[in-house]
Amino acid sequence: MIRYVIPAVLFAVLVGFLYVGLDLNPREVPSPFIGKTAPAFELPELGNSERKLTPEDMKGQVWLLNVWATWCPGCRQEHDTLLRLSQQNIAPIIGFDYKDEPDKALAWLRQLGNPYLLVVEDLDGRAAIDWGVYGAPETFIIDAAGIVRYKFIGPLNDAAVAQDIVPWIEKLKAEAKS
Amino acid sequence: MKIQSVFLTLCLVLSPGVLLAGIEAKPFDDPGKERLYNQLVADLRCLVCQNQNLADSNAELAVDLRRQVAEMVTRGDTGQQVSDYMVERYGEFVLYRPPLSSRTAVLWLGPLLALLLALFIAWRITGNRQSTELGGVSEDDIARARDLLNK
Repeated sequence: MIRYVIPAVLFAVLVGFLYVGLDLNPREVPSPFIGKTAPAFELPELGNSERKLTPEDMKGQVWLLNVWATWCPGCRQEHDTLLRLSQQNIAPIIGFDYKDEPDKALAWLRQLGNPYLLVVEDLDGRAAIDWGVYGAPETFIIDAAGIVRYKFIGPLNDAAVAQDIVPWIEKLKAEAKS
Repeated sequence: MKIQSVFLTLCLVLSPGVLLAGIEAKPFDDPGKERLYNQLVADLRCLVCQNQNLADSNAELAVDLRRQVAEMVTRGDTGQQVSDYMVERYGEFVLYRPPLSSRTAVLWLGPLLALLLALFIAWRITGNRQSTELGGVSEDDIARARDLLNK
């Protein structure tokens, strides 16, 4: 009897592992920054290199950092969703133009619309390394105290915005008020 | 003809190395640092193409991270400092050899446990077989079988 039970149990365990594995996305590497202060950077604004922005400047409000680039197909895919999110006017979105050509990036925003309060450019990708960026698009939500609270990896869509992004923003805004 | 084909073969065999060297020659002032650099880029995972290490990958991010590693090694950082820097940003996932901790215990000890289990099962099966085969057969029967086989 036992000689049939043991292989059956082992098989069941294996099936369990494989089944859970089916739903895991290996591209979603959990960010070690969740719960930590947003990494510092000081980057020039796209198209206006005189003006610099650091995460410190955003302190006191809940904001989003959206990593994008014109070379990134997923960024084109999520662009309309970002535009709709910005029209809701619930939190400022800062664009992080990742290793891009400024001219192309400006043309992209002119053509497709600009969901960003402001766009900073990271030409050599160093600030991106500090933020643990490994592929655009990525979206971070930072709370009023300047702490990274949530990271969305991959192109946003309306469902993800409604289910994840907006509830997070509202929760963090409520936290900031209390 | 023969010399030509040997020459062409050599070109084929040697070109990947030449190609790689052409893309990135990282000058280090001492061989110890160069060794450390090579070891680090072999042990850090490229986040974009996840089954490659930094040394093998040509993804943009891998190029940037190799540059970062080279800079840190050049200014005299230890291997531990470079690993810590990467883990701080990308999590333990970047390490091809994550440190043994409660979270990685299954990863490190799992194969050993599986091996022990397999050995145990093998031992049980072969042990059982021997005892049933020899246990149920009398000396006379064995002698008779031997006679028959020798005929």
